[in-house]
Amino acid sequence: MQSSVSIKDLSLSFGQVKVLESLDLDIGQGEFLVLLGPSGCGKSTLLNCIAGLLDITDGQIFISGRNVTWEEPKDRGVGMVFQSYALYPQMTVERNLSFALRVARMPKPEIADRVKRAAEILQIGPLLERKPVELSGGQRQRVAIGRALVRDVDVFLFDEPLSNLDAKLRSDLRIEIRRLHQRLKNTMIYVPHDQIEAMTLADRIAIMRNGVIQQLDDPHTIYNRPKNLFVAGFIGSPSMNFLNGRLEGGRFSVDQTTIPLADYAFVNPPQDGKVVLGIRPEHVAVGDDVRRMPVQLESEIEIVEPMGSDTIAWTKVAGQPFTFRAASEVHLQPGQKVAIGFDPSRGSVFDAESGERI
Amino acid sequence: MTAAVDNLPGRGAAIEPRGPKPKRLTPARIGIYAFLIIASIFFLLPLWVMVTTSLKTLPEIRLGEIFSLPQQPTFDAWFKAWDTACTGRDCNGLKPGFWNSVKISALSVPISILIAMLNGYALSFWKYKGADLFFALLLFGAFVPYQVVMYPIIIGLSRVGLFGTLPGIVIIHTIFGMSILTLLYRNFFASLPAELFKAARVDGAGFWQIFFRIMLPMSVPITIVAIILQVTGIWNDFLFGLVFAGRENMPMTVQLNNIVQTTTGTREYNVNMAAIILTATVSLVIYFLSGKWFVRGIAAGAVKG
Repeated sequence: MQSSVSIKDLSLSFGQVKVLESLDLDIGQGEFLVLLGPSGCGKSTLLNCIAGLLDITDGQIFISGRNVTWEEPKDRGVGMVFQSYALYPQMTVERNLSFALRVARMPKPEIADRVKRAAEILQIGPLLERKPVELSGGQRQRVAIGRALVRDVDVFLFDEPLSNLDAKLRSDLRIEIRRLHQRLKNTMIYVPHDQIEAMTLADRIAIMRNGVIQQLDDPHTIYNRPKNLFVAGFIGSPSMNFLNGRLEGGRFSVDQTTIPLADYAFVNPPQDGKVVLGIRPEHVAVGDDVRRMPVQLESEIEIVEPMGSDTIAWTKVAGQPFTFRAASEVHLQPGQKVAIGFDPSRGSVFDAESGERI
Repeated sequence: MTAAVDNLPGRGAAIEPRGPKPKRLTPARIGIYAFLIIASIFFLLPLWVMVTTSLKTLPEIRLGEIFSLPQQPTFDAWFKAWDTACTGRDCNGLKPGFWNSVKISALSVPISILIAMLNGYALSFWKYKGADLFFALLLFGAFVPYQVVMYPIIIGLSRVGLFGTLPGIVIIHTIFGMSILTLLYRNFFASLPAELFKAARVDGAGFWQIFFRIMLPMSVPITIVAIILQVTGIWNDFLFGLVFAGRENMPMTVQLNNIVQTTTGTREYNVNMAAIILTATVSLVIYFLSGKWFVRGIAAGAVKG
């Protein structure tokens, strides 16, 4: 895969505060990359650096094989879509779309062509004469995407584009962005509003924390084989259960409970010591399914959260909090004792000291 | 609806509350209205005296009934104040002062606002090293008493040959309006989403293009506020006009003072009153005309779009 955006040894600090630290990232041609992390992890900052809106402290940025580290935003071949849409309020949709082209002094017929094409792709043709205030949130965001579209750029940058929309509209537009990517095959770098956006849209996800990329993998790997405790805890809702215990001769033990890890795929040959066993709430079985699970436990339910499609129950395993997700048909009540089971080979084992997956 | 009517005080309290809560005239409310009425009389009475006096003849004024209506209203005093009242040796009325004030305002207002707008824009969006310090210094300028810097400025302006000239007084008004106007614009631009600026940069617009094509059209509401501030401030200015404008460009306020303070002959109160009202009219008109725009401007700025 030829790389479209390539970031080498990028650092950025504001005074004493280091926001990004010698960050390396290669994004392939036509790839949809999602930057995910807690607020303040530097994901938006990274996006702004790629766009050229922030002066970096050190490092290099290549876009389409060209070193653009010192280039102005407009010369980098990037289009950007912002959370607040950032439409020019006094201009009509048509003027908004054509602004960049007019600034670049493109011939009028070509401007008209490009605006028409973008309006068709985004289905905003009837809105061209309106002002941004007369548009709904979804329509505004379409125009904002269109503004990046008309410039015919190689790379699209999205900075939480769907955050200001309601849940229904958000999922609609999510599909549309997916469709747009399949149609245009541009490289897209996307900072999502939530994990669902990240998981559904991404070819690869980069999980960031304190300006450092923790894991860069496809959504499936990120979800099933998180590299460390941070990634494991960050991805998934409700978050992964962590049981603190010891690894002794290939078995995980906590209090009186021992869990065999014979089928678990260790990264390196395991060594005895303090470890954390992570089990996703949705990998826990209740009811009849428990019998098929290698590990079976009894636990008392403390809190039940019905979510509609399923139910989340809070219990304790070996004195440590443990949640599981059950089908909504399973009737659960606080105080009730239920049998739960899981397959430790689907779980993750982390070194308690370093937090790394073992 | 009937519930609200039935629920008036004094009627049966057994009615189930429903619909809008009935409004009652409480003692506190009566007190507020009484205060407001007294306050408005307090402020309107001088205006009343001025208008009626300006319409009276001198013999009628000498009767000393300052609150009474004029028996034979006449605009003679107004014409005299405008056209023929004497300021020292010249007897041209306020007319030349009016046009001088128009000249000074017409130049000072747009120049000071344009520069302040640029200042605020640069300080909000194009942060350079020391921008905050520069802004702090500029703000400090708002607290410097005029009298302190007056003499050095006189010397400076006369060195470059601008003392007592129209460009001189325009420069003075521009400089002294800079602090407050820059503050106004900087805060306005700081309240705009930074993403708008980023979007424009990604779209390829530079410093001037972003300023003229995006920021300038967006700053209409705050510009109206700035115009009101500057027009009324410069029109009402006396000190700078007196010191820096020179004999040729004496603004209306200075000429008004000369008419009112003249010591020769009888005091023509009706002419004085007319002259004062004439001078104040411009500021009043600005307030009345801009009132609607003022509110609209504030409202337009409040709505996110």
